[in-house]
Amino acid sequence: MPEMNLVQSINSALRHEMKANDDVIVLGEDVGKVGGVFRVTKGLFDEFGADRVIDTPLAEGGIIGTAIGMALYGLRPVPEIQFSDFIFPAFDQIVSEAAKFRYRSGGEYTCPMVIRTPVGGGIRGGHYHSQSPESLFIHTAGLKVVCPSNPYDAKGLLLSAIRDDDPIMFFEPKRVYRAVKMEVPEEEFTVPIGKAKVVKEGKDVTVIAWGAMLFEALASAQEVAENDGVDAEVIDLRTLWPVDIDTIVESVKKTGRVVIVHEAPKACGFGAELLSLISEKAFLHLEAPPKRVTGWDTPFPYTLEMEYLPLQHRITPALIETVRF
Amino acid sequence: MQTQEQVVPIRTPETHLEGDDVFTVIRPDGTTDPNTDPRLPQHMVLDLYKAMVRTRIVDLQLERLQRQGRIGFHIGSLGEEACIIGSAAAMRPNDWIFPCYREFGALLWRGFPLQTYVDNMYGNDEDPVKGRQMPDHYTARAYRFGSVSSPIGTQITQAVGMGWAARHKGKDEVVSVYFGDGATSSNEFHTGLNFGGVMNAPVVFLCRNNRWAISVPTEMQTKAAKLSDKAIAYGIKGVRVDGNDVLATWKIVREAVERASRGEGPTLVEMLTYRIGGHSTSDDPRAYRVQNEVERWRGTDPIVRLRRHLETKNAWDDAREEEFKTETEAQLKTCIGLSEAKKKPELSSIFTEVFSKQPWHLKEQQAECENGPRAKPAH
Ligand SMILES: Cc1ncc(C[n+]2csc(CCOP(=O)(O)OP(=O)(O)O)c2C)c(N)n1
Ligand SMILES: [Mg+2]
Repeated sequence: MPEMNLVQSINSALRHEMKANDDVIVLGEDVGKVGGVFRVTKGLFDEFGADRVIDTPLAEGGIIGTAIGMALYGLRPVPEIQFSDFIFPAFDQIVSEAAKFRYRSGGEYTCPMVIRTPVGGGIRGGHYHSQSPESLFIHTAGLKVVCPSNPYDAKGLLLSAIRDDDPIMFFEPKRVYRAVKMEVPEEEFTVPIGKAKVVKEGKDVTVIAWGAMLFEALASAQEVAENDGVDAEVIDLRTLWPVDIDTIVESVKKTGRVVIVHEAPKACGFGAELLSLISEKAFLHLEAPPKRVTGWDTPFPYTLEMEYLPLQHRITPALIETVRF
Repeated sequence: MQTQEQVVPIRTPETHLEGDDVFTVIRPDGTTDPNTDPRLPQHMVLDLYKAMVRTRIVDLQLERLQRQGRIGFHIGSLGEEACIIGSAAAMRPNDWIFPCYREFGALLWRGFPLQTYVDNMYGNDEDPVKGRQMPDHYTARAYRFGSVSSPIGTQITQAVGMGWAARHKGKDEVVSVYFGDGATSSNEFHTGLNFGGVMNAPVVFLCRNNRWAISVPTEMQTKAAKLSDKAIAYGIKGVRVDGNDVLATWKIVREAVERASRGEGPTLVEMLTYRIGGHSTSDDPRAYRVQNEVERWRGTDPIVRLRRHLETKNAWDDAREEEFKTETEAQLKTCIGLSEAKKKPELSSIFTEVFSKQPWHLKEQQAECENGPRAKPAH
């Protein structure tokens, strides 16, 4: 089985599905000849031509609006937004249109499309190349939201997403793009949307993470296992919405303690929703106040980005405090 | 499979700079067209030249620093020096400049200290924006200069509001705003030209048409033959100038400033130039454009062109060039040394200036950060 990084596995999923289905169209800024600024669509232009891989003018509203039109007609567009920080000119099209078509048209029109976009910090990108805006989209009724942490899941989830009949936000943790390599099948396979994965089983505390922060959570779990004898269970959500509530509740019932890690700011971050759900569904099982280890409620800084991110140095003490409560 | 040439035809300076409606002053032999020459005093032409040369020296040095891993990023202006310096120089002292991200030359022209610019490149504790933004994202209100933001086009409508506000307050202040050819596809470009026209705002829209938006050539950005034609639909004036000709750029932009100042509304100035370098230090243009095209554009190098003009007036020579370069390089080296030795910003800088007064939750988070464990230095 070949080893792939995240860039290669997403590329492999796109190539597979473009071969299998003529209706799959890739469009976005710089996605053609050069293969995207992160090279995720590399080679697709040469293989499938300018009608299937479209270098668009510089307008995100245009990219998503035209992708919606394609989807309404019956194609399966996979638009790329170069950085999720630049998605806001398209916010209206995503929130008011793509997310609402099925409902407002009584199911006559649907928008099966996958909006791919890199997220997250730790790459010296400063405020406008580092944000994690997932909760804005989770809050929008009608969107599914996916964020894989590794090359295997990314390929399987992207194939599921392209075949799904709803609009999907597909967030790619750019800090992981070339940092993680693993075996990924060349051929097709799917990872189901809506299923989390228990990446490490444990009995003392549940840690919930996704994207690049999963690796920080795992590092902390290992650190507390070695130094403090704490046995943490780590869940990779993989799909943020609709979230795999069963896996979460089952784990929290077992451990009675929970720590949620995300890069996005704390206020109204997805951690807030997760803790509300846990309170509603497993309140009497909690043995300690739940904790959130998140980005601060400030814009994302440049020089001090590693002090902004909820990395291992901040997750480990949170685990200890929760367990020792 | 399509070849590179089929996708991106080589654009030559000949076909793109000598259209009959492109305003030019400096002729190929270095003399000027007497009908268009703004007849600037020689000391000023020399200042323009030195500013252009300094811009290039700084660009080349910052690229080197980035390759050595000493700074994180640089977005340069190789080949675009004339349109940046010429337009900035045409703004009067009380006028405002709203930058895109490639105009540190304009910032330095306004008198912003080189040391402070280099501090911004390092994001250290003397960077005026406290290391909060990426390199080349400077802010300089005291110099009537805006604040660089990455999202394309956002500054265009802001410039309209700023200009309108100045006039509302009875001030004769014009606002210029830079953006690229790619930005002419953005929502804010169209809204900005429309609002500017409807509000009759004293604004000069400065479009640096450097032929590329990262890997996308201008021909794929719009079906219009000329970006300046986009002014027609909004009922404002649109002009095209040879942006590699600093005197032509100065003259066209100054005329636009004067029109705006007289209450005759905005102008869209398309400055024809060429991005000789990559989009930024993160980009490798060999992946999408043929070197041949770049070489042909080197022949229109705005610095070479102005130097030829200065030589026809016996105003410049190799000795003076050497002296100026040596002096500027030494000055830059000193700034870099000082910037490199400065500390990182304080942790508190993460939490201040989110609001006018710090609310309770940021007080809490600041305390948590300052009293908590520190990240291992990752870079
Ligand atoms: C809204 C938005 N979308 C995408 C980007 C990524 N991006 C940065 S620069 C750039 C190209 C800009 O080209 P142009 O306007 O011609 O300016 P130039 O870089 O050539 O000066 C792109 C696509 C961005 N910064 N903002
Ligand atoms: Mg450009």
